[in-house]
Amino acid sequence: MATNAKKTADEQAPPRSWYGIVGLGWLIPGGGHFLLKRPGRGALLMGSVLLMFVLGLMMRGYMFQPQRGDLLTTIIYYGGFIGDLASGLPYLLATWMGYAQPDAAGHVHDYGTKFLVAAGLLNILAMVDAYEIAMGKKD
Amino acid sequence: MPKMNLSHFEAALLFALFSSVVLGVITKRTDAERLRYGLRCFAYFMAALIGLGWLMRLGHG
Repeated sequence: MATNAKKTADEQAPPRSWYGIVGLGWLIPGGGHFLLKRPGRGALLMGSVLLMFVLGLMMRGYMFQPQRGDLLTTIIYYGGFIGDLASGLPYLLATWMGYAQPDAAGHVHDYGTKFLVAAGLLNILAMVDAYEIAMGKKD
Repeated sequence: MPKMNLSHFEAALLFALFSSVVLGVITKRTDAERLRYGLRCFAYFMAALIGLGWLMRLGHG
């Protein structure tokens, strides 16, 4: 009886406020899942995004800066900047600590650039997942 | 921070691995489904990597 009452109360619980969860998920990859008491999934997301970001740095990837030009240049540089920024604290720390690499030729640099952007994009997916859990659309 | 040199294959393999983990974790509802989906994504990544690699090699002559 008491269990049923608790279950009903849980089911009827209003969705949590998602701002803090998504914000923490942006700053610390996987942080939103930790806040939502999904430590296993949070650890996997954190490990994947952070490792990808660090590997991007170790491959001396280029960090995009917003830049205007023709349409393609604008899309690439603004899109790349948003992707980099989406990594949250790792991006901010790397920038504050003076990480700056020229956009050099070579497949390793090129992969590094893609790793840095992809880490941010994967973090956006993690943030969307945390949002859906917080809103009760997903368990 | 030490500089890392990876081959195309190693870099693409790591990219596929991390992307598959995230895709697996965020999409499905049960752990078994997540594991299966992650493995399937990784297999697709590898198939595309090897397939496109061969296509470029053959196309290049």
